[in-house]
Amino acid sequence: MSVEIGLFALILAFVLALIQGLVPFWGAYRRDAHLMRLASWLAVGQFAFIALAYGLLTYAHITDDFSVLNVFENSHSLKPLVYKISGVWGNHEGSMLLWVLILSLFGALLALLARTMPAVLKANVLGVQALVSLAFLAFILFTSNPFARLFPVPAEGRDLNPVLQDPGLAIHPPLLYLGYVGFSLSFSFAAAALIEGRIDAAWARWARPWILTAWIFLTLGIAMGSYWAYYTLGWGGFWFWDPVENASLMPWLAGTALLHSALVMEKRNALKIWTIFLAIVAFSLSLLGTFLVRSGVLTSVHAFASDPRRGVFILAILVIFIGGSLALYAWRASRLQAGGLFSPVSREGALVVNNLLLTVSCATILVGTLYPLALESLTGEKISVGGPYFNLCAAILIWPLLVLVPVGQSLSWKRGDLYGAAQRLFFAFVCGLLVLVLIVAFRSGGPVLAPFGMGLAVYIICGAFAEIISRIWRKSEGLHALWSRLAGLPLSAFGTAVAHAGVGVVLLGLSATGWGIEHIVAIKPNQPVALGPYELVLDGLISRHGPNYEEAAAQMSVRSGGVIVARIEPSKRNYAARQMGTSKAGIVTLNLGQIYVSMADANADGSVNMRLYWKPLVTLIWLGAVVMALGGLLSVLDRRLRLGLPVKAARSKIPLAQPAE
Amino acid sequence: MTRKQRRLTLIFGALALLGLAAGLMLFALRDTVVFFFTPSELATKTIKAGARLRIGGLVKPGSLDKQSGQKVRFVITDGRGDLAVDYTGLLPDLFREGQGVIVEGPYAGGEDAAQITFHADSVLAKHDERYMPREVAESLKAKGLWQSDKAGAP
Repeated sequence: MSVEIGLFALILAFVLALIQGLVPFWGAYRRDAHLMRLASWLAVGQFAFIALAYGLLTYAHITDDFSVLNVFENSHSLKPLVYKISGVWGNHEGSMLLWVLILSLFGALLALLARTMPAVLKANVLGVQALVSLAFLAFILFTSNPFARLFPVPAEGRDLNPVLQDPGLAIHPPLLYLGYVGFSLSFSFAAAALIEGRIDAAWARWARPWILTAWIFLTLGIAMGSYWAYYTLGWGGFWFWDPVENASLMPWLAGTALLHSALVMEKRNALKIWTIFLAIVAFSLSLLGTFLVRSGVLTSVHAFASDPRRGVFILAILVIFIGGSLALYAWRASRLQAGGLFSPVSREGALVVNNLLLTVSCATILVGTLYPLALESLTGEKISVGGPYFNLCAAILIWPLLVLVPVGQSLSWKRGDLYGAAQRLFFAFVCGLLVLVLIVAFRSGGPVLAPFGMGLAVYIICGAFAEIISRIWRKSEGLHALWSRLAGLPLSAFGTAVAHAGVGVVLLGLSATGWGIEHIVAIKPNQPVALGPYELVLDGLISRHGPNYEEAAAQMSVRSGGVIVARIEPSKRNYAARQMGTSKAGIVTLNLGQIYVSMADANADGSVNMRLYWKPLVTLIWLGAVVMALGGLLSVLDRRLRLGLPVKAARSKIPLAQPAE
Repeated sequence: MTRKQRRLTLIFGALALLGLAAGLMLFALRDTVVFFFTPSELATKTIKAGARLRIGGLVKPGSLDKQSGQKVRFVITDGRGDLAVDYTGLLPDLFREGQGVIVEGPYAGGEDAAQITFHADSVLAKHDERYMPREVAESLKAKGLWQSDKAGAP
């Protein structure tokens, strides 16, 4: 019964989205405050019904209701509870439901939180948001009904793909979706601005917290996905330039560019038309990612079994929204007023360069991702564009960007002073150079670029805080004045510094991979194997039963100078329901680096084939991403953005009475 | 500078960067693209030695030969042509006889594809839910060798 209620709730949500996609536009056109206010209620209602449907699907998974096709195909009564819950989004139907759930969540949050937002803008934003929602609800209802029944009812389910039975799966997709789908709001803001034909700094102030929120989640989601791939796939790699990974990286690059251009717009009222364009592009790339992953044109763990109707449906959504918004852009962008002037050497100028480099690298990745698909459909030739292409393109474009990060931060708005910026960055530059020299002098081996990467990273980290130092430091004043100036700085200044420092931390981790060690050995019990600064000993092999799998594990100890510092247990599992095996790598973190062991078959002489890695500082890659997200969070919490400047909103030139709120 | 001049500078700067990027992309695409063939397609092509290739097909049942160290030899087949492969390293979890795999490595050249051994430096058993790389599945379908098993488990 609850399953039918779930489907019914989805249909109701569809109807609400339909109304929300029509009424607010009409209200905004007629300047009817009542109709416009209706949008907020509709957004909240739509979210409530989708949440109900999602909850009921989760309930069916938890209670092992195998009469539901989706549960039968992806669950098993012996599966641990946490994977029953996370298994809801470990399949096509459930993950699309999560997609619209998050989409409607953002709509509802905007409706509830942005109370002082200009009514016309809010109505238009929620209207566009509802149109996106409508398209995806239709997609679910017509091609991927998660509540489809199965008769006769099977006694047992087919279990979830073992690769997906992992704590990483529990966190990675929701985070990534919060990021992906979060850009729907920036898209809606952009479309609303185009429909209204008016855009100003206040628009940027309203849109920026949502852009930042999406960016934070996308950053965390990508980092989480990368870590998940790192420890589940057993190859020790953390980024494969897989099309699915590219699909998440492209919106991130566009979103990062958007974040910075929206800043210029908020502070200086410039780059307006460009910002609108980026907002459209960021979400279009999210849609493209959804299409690539969900349509089955690519093979990966993410491409659940798919039928061609779905691909065509998503492609249609893609064409309508991207084409529609770009057409709207072409038609209305000329109505938007161009903004303030700035000299090429200024913070705005630096941010323009940032935007150019980010969008161009995004474009090269787009070409590399789509080129094989295009070539195959045109000539039938199958090719793959792998790591070498992306490393070459991205590296050439990203190095200058990294060098410029602290420089841009040290320039002032409108008209900058390169000499002054160089003075402020002198200390950071010396630190970076020192690190470079020390590494070259004391550390031999490894690739040539690694020491440069380390030096650059230190320069970025020190440079990130140079702006704050220069804003609070005056030679003649005492500590007290310095402290009070520090307290007076806006949170967003710290946000910028922390986020940029995070970039440096990621670069530290990436550069250190150059000194990693990899061995493939047949390891015998009680015979130590040297691995970097440590020694590994295989103490014994055991086998045991999990809830829905059998496991063979190797018990190993890590020693340093004869003392045991850690234990590692790599294993191989065999899942009975699908007759499928996975390896679980054994990983231990020591001094920010990791020892990573993945196990293969045992040989006849009692030895076991293993792949051993020592990866110095590797955790910094993901910790750096967390630091970047933390910087984003500090910026979101900034008072200016949180309050949304009610004074400004009251002053805005809408010719109607503000609804009492 | 006037507004117009500034805009022109910006546009030309952007165009120059885009041109650079386009050149870079073409250069990188020409040198780093990896072509995919099945064993029988490989036999009909002339490929210059040293080019990186991906070869996909099924691991021929009974052909897997584990040698000393981590060295393995096996044969991949698409039903019409076979290719002997050798590889040093650990095979992926999903590698099994009769399953679809993709091997990648430099093409050593040689007159007759049936005679040469392909030295793979990576073996992929990436798969969808039916345990088959898409390229392999499609080429098998094209050759009429595809057996659709709806039973779920392979």
